[in-house]
Amino acid sequence: MPRYEPWSAKRASTIIAAHKHREGAALPILHALQHAFGCVPEGAIPIVAEALNLSRAEIYGTVTFYHDFRNEPPGRRVLKLCRAESCQAAGGDALAARAEEKLGVKMGETTADARVTLEPVYCLGLCHSSPAALLDHDRVFGMLDEAKLDALLKEAQA
Amino acid sequence: MTARVFISRDSGALCVGADEVAPALSKAADKRGLDVTIVRTGSRGMYWLEPTIEVERPEGRIGYGPVKSADIDSLLDADMLEGGKHPFSLGLIEDIPFFKRQTRLTFARCGIIDPRSLEDYKAHGGYKGLEKALAVGPEAIVEEVMNSGLRGRGGAGFPTGIKWRTVAQTPPQQKYIVCNADEGDSGTFADRMIMEGDPLVLIEGMTIAGIAVGATYGYVYTRSEYPHAVEAMEIAIRRAREGGMLGSKVAGSKYAFDMEVRVGAGAYVCGEETSLLESLEGKRGEVRAKPPLPAHVGLFGKPTVINNVLSLASVPIIMSDGATYYCDFGMGRSRGTMPIQLAGNIKHGGLFETAFGMSLGELVDDIGGGTRTGRQVRAVQVGGPLGAYFPRALFDTPFDYEAFTARDGLIGHGGIVVFDDTVNMARQARFAMEFCAIESCGKCTPCRIGSARGVELVDKIMADEDRAANITVLEDLCNTMKFGSLCALGGFTPYPVMSALTHFPEDFGASPKRLQAAE
Repeated sequence: MPRYEPWSAKRASTIIAAHKHREGAALPILHALQHAFGCVPEGAIPIVAEALNLSRAEIYGTVTFYHDFRNEPPGRRVLKLCRAESCQAAGGDALAARAEEKLGVKMGETTADARVTLEPVYCLGLCHSSPAALLDHDRVFGMLDEAKLDALLKEAQA
Repeated sequence: MTARVFISRDSGALCVGADEVAPALSKAADKRGLDVTIVRTGSRGMYWLEPTIEVERPEGRIGYGPVKSADIDSLLDADMLEGGKHPFSLGLIEDIPFFKRQTRLTFARCGIIDPRSLEDYKAHGGYKGLEKALAVGPEAIVEEVMNSGLRGRGGAGFPTGIKWRTVAQTPPQQKYIVCNADEGDSGTFADRMIMEGDPLVLIEGMTIAGIAVGATYGYVYTRSEYPHAVEAMEIAIRRAREGGMLGSKVAGSKYAFDMEVRVGAGAYVCGEETSLLESLEGKRGEVRAKPPLPAHVGLFGKPTVINNVLSLASVPIIMSDGATYYCDFGMGRSRGTMPIQLAGNIKHGGLFETAFGMSLGELVDDIGGGTRTGRQVRAVQVGGPLGAYFPRALFDTPFDYEAFTARDGLIGHGGIVVFDDTVNMARQARFAMEFCAIESCGKCTPCRIGSARGVELVDKIMADEDRAANITVLEDLCNTMKFGSLCALGGFTPYPVMSALTHFPEDFGASPKRLQAAE
């Protein structure tokens, strides 16, 4: 279960220093920052910009372009439900509505108790076993039905 | 005697519980004093049978599936390790019709070997292509790839050999091999399967490409949604490096080549090659205007070969077995094999590699077994979110680049998503526009604004607001997007929209009231 570090400019600089020598370092740096802090905090943008000798605007533009990068940490667990065509064909829309109802949030929101963030994802590459879901970083689920989804929601809320 | 069993560690097996089955088997075997070695492989691509346990026997691998951890005891009671009969028996895995009917060239090792073992890879014919490549040299490699007729498997179908020749002809300097593993199309998973099940074949293909064009470094750009593929690739790269197959002297030769994996950040448009290059450079994934071509001005402004996973993974067999061998499969200008991915509401979801030319109907009804819900197949979307919807009436279309183009469709990356008769095609058209609006990089107006207007138009049509007039506007908008967009995202979004409208007009707000009024 992900636990994130509190924001620290010093820690951010250490993370950035570990990657800044790489070609096209911005994405690896942003991923590493998000891994540590659960998001790419606004305070990180000038530090990244300076390390890469780019403008703040350029880094801000990059961060905001990509769906993955957050500006605040998610809930304790992140549940991504696939909403793409293959999962739509296999009943994914109804499951997404069920998840929203059971958690009491809309797609993209976090439950009031900060336990679960529910997000749409456009394809997990598990289309042979649609509908599919991803819990946190790497736990994959396929062939979802109501019972399996309910068990997954229960686990995420625990 | 040690029994050897194989359980897939492919995401498609993990998502239905393979990681519970493997330890349960090992625990149960220990308890019974049975000596079992479990090898974690990639996937055979028969996902409806996962988790599958394959037991090595003198006559071949005997399969059992789909297995849950609770079934282990009954399987062991039935002497599974000696190939005993059980309700889950699948017989010889390679005799299952879905598998037997395939021509596995690119996926020859997938599901068979341990993807984390260089020795296993070499023992199954791995690195034979590189050996040949080193023996014949750069010019002959390019020639061989040209002669094979290999076309980009990412979607556009551009001849791979021509890309390679263009880069090879640029003056010596830093050049790059970039593998486009940003497989974002719904209904596709072939790239993921290769990366998880036979990553070394991709590494070998990229190494050969590097030698052919004079590039010394490669990047695999894949998706954050593919955590297991990222891990598998990184482990395989490490193994190749340790085994001397990557580095300053590839396989002891005078050529240097090394590579790494880069992970995207959830932007679909980064599957477009120039947008991918921007992203690799650390920028917003905005599409570049072409020309200049990436072959001349690519990654960091250097000459770059950018190919899809499947194109690069097909190179080793082309080199080892020859262009003619590969070229003999297929039809017309579509040569070799295509891994076709059956997805959506389908009974036999999975990957079916076959020579080009099989009909769409045979693939969906016969190989795929129709829908999982048992209802009538109403529509299939071929080629991802930017591919056309085909009705049953077009099921005689052969799977071939040109045949699909002739019917206003595309095969794209080879995914087929099946829908039953409960689908509302106007909603699917709306989704195509909505998806384009969400994923547009924003650089060109037809895509950025057109997709948002497209959603509104379909909404109006579905709500029966000025239906006839709005359909005309929608058609006009599609035309603008098709010819005015910078890349395939805006340019191809009209395919699903127009095909839905053309083949399923009854779904576009033709309420009974409306029908009467029209008469």
